[in-house]
Amino acid sequence: MTKPHAELPPCHDLALQLSAYLDGDLPADLCRDLEVHMGDCPDCRVVLDTLGRTVQIVRSLSDTPIFLPADVEARLLARLTEIARKAQQL
Amino acid sequence: MPGPMITITVYDDDAQLLHGLRRHEPDACTCMVKRFAPLVYARALRLVGDADEAEGVLQTTFIKVCNAINTFDGASSLSTWIYRIATNEGLMLLRSRRQSLALDDVAETLQPDDMPDSRVAWPEDPLRASLDSELRAQIDAAISNLPESLRLVVTLRDIEGLSTEETADQLGLSQGAVKVRLHRARMRLREALASYIAHPEEVDHDEAAR
Repeated sequence: MTKPHAELPPCHDLALQLSAYLDGDLPADLCRDLEVHMGDCPDCRVVLDTLGRTVQIVRSLSDTPIFLPADVEARLLARLTEIARKAQQL
Repeated sequence: MPGPMITITVYDDDAQLLHGLRRHEPDACTCMVKRFAPLVYARALRLVGDADEAEGVLQTTFIKVCNAINTFDGASSLSTWIYRIATNEGLMLLRSRRQSLALDDVAETLQPDDMPDSRVAWPEDPLRASLDSELRAQIDAAISNLPESLRLVVTLRDIEGLSTEETADQLGLSQGAVKVRLHRARMRLREALASYIAHPEEVDHDEAAR
């Protein structure tokens, strides 16, 4: 159930915009509101900083291979070799 | 007694490798697999979330790459082209698994539980932020624990680098829904990292490495 606004943390509305802010997706007026708010709100500054660092680590996974099991690689090479062999026979 | 000498051609760059693939040089295929298969497998595993299915995506991707190598126009790098084929193969498999990828019961507006719990600053150590392999393993485990509706959005947007519009098209979602899910996924990953950074000794390493 959604809590009434009065029970929410004071920076609720702005904190929900942090992800869009990081992507540069926030309209200019909301950007300004958020930046003014963060000037006075250490909590939101911490959340923005840690969210930004989270996104940075997630993005770093794009060039982080998962260990490729040797049997998976062997089966892949065997399948490609088999296909190449059949293609040559045609 | 030493065995027969085996010479494996090493291709210095992608252009030479591509040339070798087009000429069907025997070592070119092995070289391509060694160079690109680990990242293709990583992408497939993050998308489909299952080792057997990821292996299927890996094989189909490289079969398609070999079949289409003569049509590759070089507009992007060879790696980008291969990874795009892998992403498409992964998404096709997910679509065949389900009628629509957008059916999950995910509230499309942000809710109070999308708010941050942890408001403790992390230690300032730039190396930890992007290079620590254990931290990467933690976040990979956290991504695999996300519900599929969030995992796909964060994988396509933040790892595959698709735009909001492209992600929305691929998943059959509105752009607004993509943004809501992305925020929710990132906040959950932030909470997972926050717990790890606060209490690294309590994390199950086997679980994290999986």
